[in-house]
Order: sequence, then structure tokens, then C-alpha cells
Amino acid sequence: MRVPISWLAEYVDLPVGASIDDIHAALVKVGLEEEGSHDFDLQGPIVVGQVLEFVEEPQSNGKTIRWCQVRVAPEGQAAADGGADVRGIVCGAGNFFPGDKVVVTLPGAVLPGGFAIAARKTYGHVSDGMIASARELGLGEDHDGILRLSTLGLDPEVGTDALALLNLDDAAVEVNVTPDRGYAFSIRGIAREYSHSTGAAFRDPVARVTPVAGTGFPVSIHDEAPIRGRVGATVFVTRTVRGIDPTVKSPAWLVSRLKLAGIRSLSLVVDITNYVMLEFGQPIHGYDLDALQGGIVVRRAAEGETLETLDGQTRKLDPEDLVIADDRGAIGLAGVMGGASTEIGDGTVNVLIEAANFDPVSIARTARRHKLPSEASRRFERGVDPAVAQPAAARVVELLETLAGGTADGLGSLHHAHPELGSIMLPFGYVQRLVGVEFTPDDIAHSLGEIGAEVEETAAGFVVSPPSWRPDLTDKASLAEEVARIVGYDRIPSVLPVAPPGRGLTVSQLARRRTADVLAAGGLTEVLAYPFLTSTQNTLFGSPEEGEVPAIRLANPLDSEAALLRTSLIPGLLDIARRNLSRGLTDLALFEIGLVFQPEAGRAYGQEALPVGAALPSEGELSELHAGIPPQPRHVGALILGNAVDKQPGQPAVPAGIADVLDVVHLLESALAVDLRVETGHHKSLHPGRTAELFVETELGSVSVGFAGEILPALTHELDLPRVVAVAELDLDALIAAAGSTIDVAPISGYPAATQDLSLVVGAEVPAGDVERAVAEGAGELLESIRLVDDYRGVGLPAASKSLTFALRFRAADRTLTAAEASEAKLAGAARAAELFSAALRE
Amino acid sequence: MSEPEAITESAVADAVDEALAALAGATTSAELRTVRSQHTGEASTLARLNGLMKTVPAEQRASAGKLVGQARARVTQAIAARESEVVALEEAQRLAEEAIDVTAVATRRRIGARHPLSLLQERIADIFVGMGWEVAEGPEVESEWFNFDALNFDADHPARAMQDTFFVEPVESHLVLRTHTSPVQVRSLLERALPVYVIAPGRVYRTDELDATHTPVFSQVEGIAIDKGLTMAHLRGTLEHFARQMFGEEAKIRLRPNYFPFTEPSAEMDVWQPNAKGGARWVEWGGCGMVNPNVLRSAGIDPDEFSGFAFGMGIERTLQFRNDLNDMRDMVEGDVRFSQQFGMVV
Repeated sequence: MRVPISWLAEYVDLPVGASIDDIHAALVKVGLEEEGSHDFDLQGPIVVGQVLEFVEEPQSNGKTIRWCQVRVAPEGQAAADGGADVRGIVCGAGNFFPGDKVVVTLPGAVLPGGFAIAARKTYGHVSDGMIASARELGLGEDHDGILRLSTLGLDPEVGTDALALLNLDDAAVEVNVTPDRGYAFSIRGIAREYSHSTGAAFRDPVARVTPVAGTGFPVSIHDEAPIRGRVGATVFVTRTVRGIDPTVKSPAWLVSRLKLAGIRSLSLVVDITNYVMLEFGQPIHGYDLDALQGGIVVRRAAEGETLETLDGQTRKLDPEDLVIADDRGAIGLAGVMGGASTEIGDGTVNVLIEAANFDPVSIARTARRHKLPSEASRRFERGVDPAVAQPAAARVVELLETLAGGTADGLGSLHHAHPELGSIMLPFGYVQRLVGVEFTPDDIAHSLGEIGAEVEETAAGFVVSPPSWRPDLTDKASLAEEVARIVGYDRIPSVLPVAPPGRGLTVSQLARRRTADVLAAGGLTEVLAYPFLTSTQNTLFGSPEEGEVPAIRLANPLDSEAALLRTSLIPGLLDIARRNLSRGLTDLALFEIGLVFQPEAGRAYGQEALPVGAALPSEGELSELHAGIPPQPRHVGALILGNAVDKQPGQPAVPAGIADVLDVVHLLESALAVDLRVETGHHKSLHPGRTAELFVETELGSVSVGFAGEILPALTHELDLPRVVAVAELDLDALIAAAGSTIDVAPISGYPAATQDLSLVVGAEVPAGDVERAVAEGAGELLESIRLVDDYRGVGLPAASKSLTFALRFRAADRTLTAAEASEAKLAGAARAAELFSAALRE
Repeated sequence: MSEPEAITESAVADAVDEALAALAGATTSAELRTVRSQHTGEASTLARLNGLMKTVPAEQRASAGKLVGQARARVTQAIAARESEVVALEEAQRLAEEAIDVTAVATRRRIGARHPLSLLQERIADIFVGMGWEVAEGPEVESEWFNFDALNFDADHPARAMQDTFFVEPVESHLVLRTHTSPVQVRSLLERALPVYVIAPGRVYRTDELDATHTPVFSQVEGIAIDKGLTMAHLRGTLEHFARQMFGEEAKIRLRPNYFPFTEPSAEMDVWQPNAKGGARWVEWGGCGMVNPNVLRSAGIDPDEFSGFAFGMGIERTLQFRNDLNDMRDMVEGDVRFSQQFGMVV
């Protein structure tokens, strides 16, 4: 809400010389947050001048300029800039005559946008200032030529300060009005709030008019389908004014205030309706009375009914839309936008004024449905004071009579069926208990009285009847806020509450932190990607197998191409990698920990009917709510490309590859104390020969928890990435669950170790990890550690075979092992490998 | 080396002199080994002199023995002394040879970093865990009931439309990307026994286009405390403690009236940031208030028995003014140079 300061000052006392900052500071104290400020961005000297004479001079470019002599100060006196009283000014416009009073910007003046006026040579003359148009002054969009003051009904003295004359020295504060405070969408409301904040005297604009109930204009409210039981219109006031002079322009003060309030001047009648809306907070609609056919009916739209609204669009109405209709059909979307057929035009002389109160829910739904947020709907949605309709209508009539030459003929209507706001019981001590301040009963009664409530003291507490403009005051908590707000939040002391002893971070929370720390210490940089995917990205990485991958789709994505929620972290990592590469960062190691969204195929989530708020749902409803949430496991993903080790003195570059992401997997094992089994894997988007699938052992057996590998080169090529991009993605929740919370610890043996090497010849295709596991299994519990140290192929071996050499370390818990015992265990390991993989001992 | 014939003083002295002379010429371990074997080994003069002992008459045997013994000891000692000199010399030489330019040593590990938004959330969690609070979590695709209805957002109230919500298809499923971490409030109240003191950091979503001050995906931390007898004074006390941990001992909190459907009274909170670049200042930090009785009712809690407060603030915004960052985009684009400035510390 923008509030012109001169307007505010009409209804509340402002301290002399109050600055914009002062006013903001006062308003923010009562909850109206500063949004900005506005002014005309003009600097004088800008004065009233009179055109004495001019010579028309045609130019070679086809234009004709006027070389004018303009009086800018009374004869013999210095002008506002200290210069002569008559100036020579070049003017391009042709819409004025000798004797016209105009606005002259003298050298030294500055127009909006920092446009400085100076005496300058042009068209063979020195133009000593400029004759201004309404547009140049920021008063309107009028391109027609310069502003002739007579058209505004003004005939000021030459030399008068034009800024003050045209109200161009005014400014506006802009505040944010919270959605519970509909009444603050008005000068009236803001002035009242300013008074609450400062204690300055408030003058209610409602009190300055005497409402006259017009009669005889037929209006009927005929709502056959109230929404949530509330009738669409509860107040409907009309008045008619005849004989308006359509040639009269809006006065400068009106245009300037509207402009500062953010509303463009259109015509005097429309300007007056907008002015009263801003002043009283009551949206007003004006109809061309002569275009109306019969009386007015307020009803729901008929199935298939259409309406051309003021913006020229023909809209298909919904049966839930509340409309204003005459004998021919709908003539307006109630409380949202008027219709074209009864629009006030250039020739309108007789008008019907409507000041109504519509159901907020009905208006909100219609405005949303037709994507038509208007000044009127914004106010009705938040609640308009039902008591202000009649005074607002009277104010419009008054302005139409005094400014537009109209005459109220007494014809009109008054329908008022707005439900009374209920009173609220406020027990003694409640406000103090909630706010933590020892308010006196006087503080409470006074604060509530201040905001316009009626307060009655009873034995149990106060009975509070909120004022008509505060429908948001519905319970004792809302009254407590009013007391705290009026007395001031500064009074609230600071007391640190003592929580009961807590359990600290959970095992899972600690594990996640450790994971991130270990990965960062392991050389990866944490990133946080947006979770929005295209369907191509989803298909590529959502599943290792071919085919469509079920995903959650947004109904209103920012980018319609990326409407799916991620089922994998890889696409986000790839996007971020590409962004870094484009910025010249060529060696990357990234990781992300975040949720992925994995709906099951063919399952519908959520539910059509929700439980109501403000009450505990039943057990059944709660379990339905929980069951309707799609699975959202937390994953950890890593991406490595470029060089793992840079080229340096004595150190050739080591290009990154699957080894680096398997290292990440090993880091995860140590961070989470979980054993991961690496097996040859298959993933449609990963290199068929460089993919590992990762498994954990659980009570349910071996469970796949993710993949590590290099992305298919064809894919990295398509994505404009280097050929080798290594990625890993694991289900972190599953890893943490598999890890359990305690660690089984074996006692440490102090007996000497026996180390032996074992070389086994196996088929070249047999994974070394499988052979290693077989040897370990066969060697039994004397084996303390096993490590693959060599993979030899070639001379001395059968074709298509390889020799794997393992370094084994044996140790017993209770004795020094003999070489024979160690050898026996080793051979048992070899035997198991022979059994499973036909491994032969290599001598 | 001549074959000795008898143990005489001169023969012994000659053998010693010969050994010491050879020793003096030995400058490496290898030469030293040769000297040792030549002058103390079985074939050495002194060994052979010792071998003549059986030819010495018994009455002279003691003095001859002493003579040879002392000579052998002297040579052995001299060798040992020389050996330690040579070893030291050789070690020094080796060290000199091994010297490298330590300013040009190859690095083998790359340097990683945490994201400051994650680190800041952890820091905040630690502050509250230190007070006995717990960290609660919830899903990001959330039911509208938790995100709105249970939080006293009426289906038709403008506050609900103002949340700029991402809706999941079909919209009749009433699933949304949570617009705030407040649904975790309700979940916590439903899941936990009273009293409840929890904070909920996490990711939230609004349909804002990315620019210098907005991002459609951002993070918040929400706190809620429900107990008997909690007041707005406890709210201010908690926020002030929090602010002091985040911004220094002189930090303080200012509350201004505001509106949120899920709190009543509601307040906007400003924090006095004593160490801000460019001078101490008030900064808008977040929203807070006393939990609306309707929210308590949604979780089956009697508002006449229990009361409590809630607060929430944006992590991005906190990081922005805490670390004097101007452009929100740096936090979301994943440029590794951004996180690497923080390393492991925020």
C-alpha cells in the first residue's frame, strides 16, 4: 500500500517536518513493514509561466518549432532562478496560444531520470528553460503537447511554484500490508495505525461525510449457491448521480495523489471511484447508468455464461463466480472487475455508484480462477469493513457533485445483511501468560479500546467486541497480539527457557555429517543442486535398467522442460560439472547429499480429501496422510572428472576414472563403518566394462545400494563433457541402516604374524574380488588380512587366463603360528578358489 | 704384511701402526670393512701374533697376552671410532643428496570443501542441541495438510496463495513441495511426547525465478518449543541466545508485529549484527511468534494447557548477511570456487 503523505496528514497529525523515514519508523512499530517510497523525482525551479508571444519557425527536418517569449516572474522581478522575468524558450509543441499559463522548468531544474535543464543553444536560439508537458512532470501519459493550466481549471499568478501548485512536491511511503489486515489497504486504516503507533490524533474520514440512503433503485441479492455457507454479497449500496460534465478533467491534487498511490489517472469519474477506494478501503464500481437495462441482481453465474470484462477479454464464467447482472445478463464480476457493456466512457453523464461487501472466499476464488488480481479483489479477499460502504458511497457522491458538476437524485439502494462479529471472552491473566509481560488490566482495556473494540469488564475477564473493520480478531490469542502490539513489543523481556535433557543428534544425523566431512576431507567439494529434471535426465539415471522411470511431476514447474523431481543425484551433478567446466575449471570432484523422490510405478500418492485443520485427525486419517507421502530416500552422489592428480615436477598427471569413485565408496565404508561388496555391475548409462554395483549384507540378505562407474562415452559426448566422467551414487539411508549403531570389536592378538604370498591362475574374466573372497573364506579365521598385489597376464600362462597374487597375513589369537599352519590355511584358501573358479596354484 | 715370528713389542707396535695407518686412509664404509678384515680378521698380523701365544713360555705368557690384547683393543676401538665418523659423514652426504625443493613438492591429494549452507545448518543444530533441543526432519514432498491446513492456513486465505507453492501433479492429490520447514512442527508434535523442543533445518521450495535475491530452492531452519507456561519472553530469550552464538556477544533481537497464520501473536525479528562489515546494524532475520492455538489443536494438544513458540529463518539469507555475500546465485550454482573459500568452516 502506497500512502501519499499529504493525504495521510489529512486524517492524522504528523509532526512538523516528519520525514519519510520517520513515518516508516512509526508504521513498522505496529507491523506495517517498509517497502519503499515514491516521489515525482523533480527539482525546481519549476514555475508558472505565461506565453507572451511566439514565432513559428519551420525547420529543414520538416518540424516547426515555436520561438516563444514567456513571462516567468511578475514584471520587473527576478525569476526563481535569479534570471530575467521574460525568457526566450524554444518549444516543439503546437497546442498553446499567447496568454496561456504553462509550467516552465527553468535552468537548474531536474526532471525525472536526472534530466537537468540548462540554457542551451537549439534551432538557432538560446532556449532559456523548457515548457513542460504533463508527461515530463510525471503527471500522466499525455503526449498531446504541453500542459495548459487552464485545462485543470487553474489560473495562478505568474512565477508561482508549480511543484506546490500541482502537488508534485508530495511523496508517498509504501508499506507491506499483511493478509489479515484488509482495513490497512486504505488511508483510513494507515492513519489509524499511525495514530496507534504515535498517539497522534486520528480523524476518521468516515466522520466527514453524512451518508444518505438512496432509495428506489432495484437491487436484489439472489445467491443460490453460497460458498461454505456464506452469501456472496452481504452489503450492497447504490447511488445515482446525474448531469456530470464529461469534459472536466481531474484536478492536479487528485491526479498526483493517485499517481503516488500507484494508480493511473483515467477520467474524473473513474479517478474519484479509485480515490475513495484508497481513502476508505471500500472498492467502488461505477456504471454508466444509461447503459444499464433495468435493475441489478447479484447472483452466481449461469453455466456457460460469458462476460466481456473492462480489460476487453471475454471470459467464460464458472457457476461459482459471483456476478452483477442486469436484465440482459452479467455486467460485472462482483468485486473483481466490471464489464465492458456498462463501462464509464468519455460521454458518460449519468452514473450508478456501487459500494458493496462481498464474501472474501468467493472473491478470492474468482480472482484466482480468472487470474485477475485487482485492487478491488485484493481488498475483498482480505476483508473490507462492512460499515464503510454507505459513507464511501456518500463520499463518491460528494466528490462527483463538487468536482464533476453532477447532482445526486436520491435514487439508490441500501442492502445490509452482514453478520455481526461475535464478542470474545478474554480471561484475566491470559494476555500476561501468553506474552510474558505484566500488563495491567488498564493496559489491556486501553489497548483494545484504542483499536476500536468495545471492552466490557466482567467477573471472569473482559468481553471484547472487535470493531467492524477487524474480522481477523477471532480469538483471545489475536486480542493478546493487539495488546502486545499497541503497548509495544519492546516491553517483552528476555528469558531463556530450559529444555529437558535431549538425546543429541541421532545416529543417522551424525552419520550424515561424518559422511560429508569425510568426503570433503577426501578431496570432494560439496554442491547442492536443484532437484528438477527433464524426462530425458530422469530416464537416463533414474534406473540402471532400460525403460521409463516413474517420477513425481510438478503441476507448475518454473521450466516446463524440467518438471520432474529427481530420482537420482547424477543429473544435477552433471549440470554443475558442466557449469564449472564452462568457467574453466577442468579437474572436478563433486559430491551431493540430498533427497531423491522415488514413487513406485503405478501407485497414486496423496489424497483428494484432506482432514480439516484445527483438529486432530483420526488415526485412520493420519495413517492415510503418512501413507500418501512418496518415498524420499537420502542419497549420496559423487562425480569426478579431469585429472585426479595434476601434472607436477616428477609427477605425471593421473587422469580420473572409476578408481577415484571407488575410492569414494571406500571413504563411505570407513565413514559409516559399513562393509560394501564391490561387484561387476550393469547400468544402461554407464560404461559396460567399467561399472561396479555395490552391495551391503542385511538381515534380508545382500542388498544393492548403488553404482560406481564411468558414464558411457557416447553420453558424455552428447552432454558436452570430457570422455571420462566417473560417478557414484549410493542410498545413504540404506548404508546407515546397514551399519547399525554399535561395532563388533575383536581383541587384538599380540602374537607374531606369518605372511605369505599366494599366486592363483584363473580365467581372465573371473573378477579378482570374487577370487579374493573365496580365498578368504577358505583360509578361515587365521587369515588376518588379504590384499591383491599383482595381476599378471602373458608369457608363461595359458591363453585367456591371468595370475592373481595375493599378500596374506595370518595370525592366531592364542599362539605363535608355525609356517606349516600358515601354509595349511593358505592352501585351504587356494582350494576354495579352485572349487569355485578352477583356480590353479602358480608355482 | 710380513709373517710375524715372535711376539715382540716392536712387532706388536708395528702391527698397530700398520692398522692405524690403513684406518686413516679409510673414508667409506666399504674401505672401513676392508681395514677391519685386514687388521682384525683371522688373517691379520695381530691375530697371527695372538696365534703365537702358545709358543710363548709360560712365565711370559701373561705379559705377552696383555701386550697383544691391548694392541687388539686399541685397533678395534680406533676402527669403531672411525666407523661412527664415516657413518655420520656418509649420512650427511646422503641427506645432502636427498634434498629437494620443498616449495615444489608434488601434491597427491586434492582439496575438497563442504558447502557453507550445510555447514551453517550444522552450526545452528549444534547451538540448539547444546540447549537440549533435538533436530527433527520431514519429507520435502509434503501433504498440503501438514504444509497448510494443520498450520492454520485456510484453503481460501490469501496467505495460502501468497506462498508461491509448487504443486505436484495431479493437484487433487494435495501434495506440494514444502514451502517452509513448518510442517515439521506439526509432525514433531504428533510424533513426540510433550514437552517438545525441536529445530528443523532443511530445504524448502517457492516458485521464484532465480536472481540475485531469490532462489526457488532454498533452506530454512524452524524451531518450535511447546511446554507448560512458555511465553513470548521465552521466545525472545531463545532467539537472543541463538543470535549471540551466531553473531557475537553483543547481538540482540528486536521484535516487530507481523502476521503468520500459524502464530498469534506473530512477530518479525531483526537481529543486531555487531560485527557487520561496514558497521553494526539491524538486519531482518526471520519470523516468529506464539504457536497459534489452532496448530496445537491440529496436533491434539490442548491450548489451554500448553503453549509455545516457533521461529524460522532463511539459511541463505543468514549466510548472506553474516558473510557479506551479495549474490544468491553463488550459493546455488555449485561453482566449486565458492565452497572452496569456506573449506570446512563457515
